[in-house]
Amino acid sequence: MTDEPLFRVTSLSKYYGSRVGCEDITFDLWPGEVLAVVGESGSGKTTLLNCMSTRLMPTSGTAAYRMRDGTWRDLYRMSEAERRFLMRTDWGFVHQNPADGLRMTVSAGANVGERLMAVGDRHYGNIRSTAIDWLGRVEIGEDRIDDQPRAFSGGMRQRLQIARNLVTGPRLVFMDEPTGGLDVSVQARLLDLLRGLVTDLGLAAIVVTHDLAVARLLSQRMMVMKDGRVVETGLTDRVLDDPRAPYTQLLVSSILQV
Amino acid sequence: MNIQATDIATYNFAYLDEQTKRMIRRAILKGIAIPGYQVPFASREMPMPYGWGTGGVQVTASIIGPDDILKVIDQGADDTTNAVSIRAFFKKVADVAVTTETEKATIIQTRHRIPEAPLHAGQVLVYQVPIPEPLRFLEPRETETRKMHALEEYGLMHVKLYEDIARHGHIATTYAYPVKVEGRYVMDPSPTPKFDNPKMNMSPALQLFGAGREKRIYAVPPFTKVVSLDFEDHPFEIQKFDQPCALCGAEQVYLDEVILDDKGGHMFVCSDTDHCEKRREDGHRGHMAPENESRASPSSSAGPSPRKDGEEEAPTLTPPSPRPLRGEGKGEGQHQTFEKSREAE
Ligand SMILES: Nc1ncnc2c1ncn2[C@@H]1O[C@H](COP(=O)(O)OP(=O)(O)OP(=O)(O)O)[C@@H](O)[C@H]1O
Ligand SMILES: [Mg+2]
Ligand SMILES: [Zn+2]
Repeated sequence: MTDEPLFRVTSLSKYYGSRVGCEDITFDLWPGEVLAVVGESGSGKTTLLNCMSTRLMPTSGTAAYRMRDGTWRDLYRMSEAERRFLMRTDWGFVHQNPADGLRMTVSAGANVGERLMAVGDRHYGNIRSTAIDWLGRVEIGEDRIDDQPRAFSGGMRQRLQIARNLVTGPRLVFMDEPTGGLDVSVQARLLDLLRGLVTDLGLAAIVVTHDLAVARLLSQRMMVMKDGRVVETGLTDRVLDDPRAPYTQLLVSSILQV
Repeated sequence: MNIQATDIATYNFAYLDEQTKRMIRRAILKGIAIPGYQVPFASREMPMPYGWGTGGVQVTASIIGPDDILKVIDQGADDTTNAVSIRAFFKKVADVAVTTETEKATIIQTRHRIPEAPLHAGQVLVYQVPIPEPLRFLEPRETETRKMHALEEYGLMHVKLYEDIARHGHIATTYAYPVKVEGRYVMDPSPTPKFDNPKMNMSPALQLFGAGREKRIYAVPPFTKVVSLDFEDHPFEIQKFDQPCALCGAEQVYLDEVILDDKGGHMFVCSDTDHCEKRREDGHRGHMAPENESRASPSSSAGPSPRKDGEEEAPTLTPPSPRPLRGEGKGEGQHQTFEKSREAE
C-alpha cells in the first residue's frame, strides 16, 4: 500500500460575506479510507464538501489531490477543464436528492453510460453491457434499463445515482447525506450496499451526515464539526464510544437517548 | 419597372443598413475562422416573422452583391410559397438576378435541404436554422452548453444517440443529425435530412448558418471535415429509398412522398425540384412520368404550377409548413413529431 495520503486539506476557510461557512480546516484523507463528517445543521459540512470537490471556491486555504500518476495537484489552481475531467473520471459525487445527480429524462442505462461516453467509449454494445452489470451491482434489474428514473422509487434512484458515479472506477466519492430522504428500511439496505461497494472497490469516501448511525456503519474515521470548525477527529469507534470534546459528548449522548 | 425603381430607393441595398451588414459580416468571418462555433449576433427585425428564415435572410442580405445570382429552396423546392417570397424579396430590395438552377446560383438560401447537384467552389449555401444548439435537448441551460462546447465535453451527444438505439434498435434521428466539424465543435446541421450530411463534408462551397430568433451564426468553410456522430457498432448511415424517383428515375437522391388522391395513391419524387427537372430535360423518365411531357416540374402534377422568374408577385407570406400535398421523406413517420417540435422558430 501507499504511505501517502490521497487528499490533503490545509487551513481551508469559506466565508459567505461575514458568515462563516467553514473555518481553518486541516486534515488528510488516505486511499481507501471512509471519513464521515458529522455535525448539526449549519455546522459547515456541505460547505467543506463542496470546497473539497471544487464545486465551490474557498476564501482561503489549499486542497491538494494525488493524481493516478502519483503527482500532487493544487485543486484550486487547476484549469476548469482539468477539474471537470477529474470530476467525471476519478471522482464521484452523490447528492442527497437523486434528481440533482441524475438526468431524469433519459433512461437508467444512459444515466449509467453517460460517463463512459464522456470519456470516449463509442461502442454501444459495451456501454450497454457495462450499464447492465452496474445496475445489477446496485440491485436494479436488467429489465429496468430502458426506464427513466422518473419511474423509480427514491431508493432506486439513489442506487442508480451511485451506479452512475462508480461506473468509471473513481478513487474518491463525495457523498452529501446519501441516505437523507429515505425511509429507515430503505436506508438500511442502501447503507449495506454502499458499505459493500466501498469495501470491494477500495474506494476513499467523504460522507457528510448528521446521522451517527450512518457514520458508525460506513466510516473508519470521523470528524465532528460545529460552527464551521472541527471540534474532534478520530477513529469512528473511538469517537462514538469515548468522545473527548464536550460537544461530541453531548451529541453522542443525545443520540443515545433517542 | 418604374415602380420597382422607386421601391428600391426606399430601402438600403439588400434591405439591411450598412452598419448592420458589417456587424453580421464580422460574425460570419468569426464563424468561418472557428468552424462550427456558434457566434452570437444582434439579430434584426426583418419584414417577416421568425420562423420564416429571418436568420438565413439576414446572412444572405449581408453577403449578397449586385452581381450575385440567388436561388432559394424550401425542402428542396424552388416553387413553395416561402422560397418564392424570399426570392421575390431579394429581387425587390437588391435587384439581383434569381435562378432555380443550382449550377448557376452564386448564393443558395435553403431550408431543410442541400441540393443534389454537387456544389462548386465560389458558391455559398445559406441555411435557415431554427435551433442552433445541438445540446439543447438534453441540457437546457445555456451557460452549461456553452461550457460544454468550450471544454469539448460532448458525451451528452452520444447519450442522445444511445437513447435512440435503446428505444428503436437503431439511431432513429433522421433530421438535424449532429456532426463534428473539423474534429472540434459539435454542430447542428439544421433540420436537413441526415441524407444530406455527407454532402457537407469537404464541400467546395462555403456553408453559412443563420438562426434569427436565437441570434446565432455559424459556418463551415470550404473543404472542411464534417463527420456525423455514431457508434462503432451502429455506424452512421443515410436514408435509403427502395425505388427511384417516379418522374425522372433518379436513384441515390432524397425522395418526398407525394399524395396523388385521397384513396391512398402516392408516388415518390425528387425533393430537389431543379434536379428532377434537369434530369427530365436530359431525357430521363421515371415509371410515372407523363407521356410526351416537356419541361414540367414534379410539383406541377401535384402542387401549384411553378412561376417563371420575373412573373413572381409581391411576397405573400404563409407559414413555412410542408407543401400541402407532400409528405416527409418515406420512413420518417416517427420523426415528424420531432421535426414539428423543432419547427417553432
Ligand atoms: N450560499 C450561501 N450563502 C450564504 N450562507 C450560506 C450559504 N450556504 C451555506 N451558508 C451558511 O454557511 C453555514 C454552513 O452551511 P452548510 O450548508 O455548510 O451547513 P451543513 O452542515 O451542511 O448543514 P445541513 O446539515 O443543514 O445541510 C450556515 O450558517 C449556512 O447558513
Ligand atoms: Mg448540508
Ligand atoms: Zn426526380
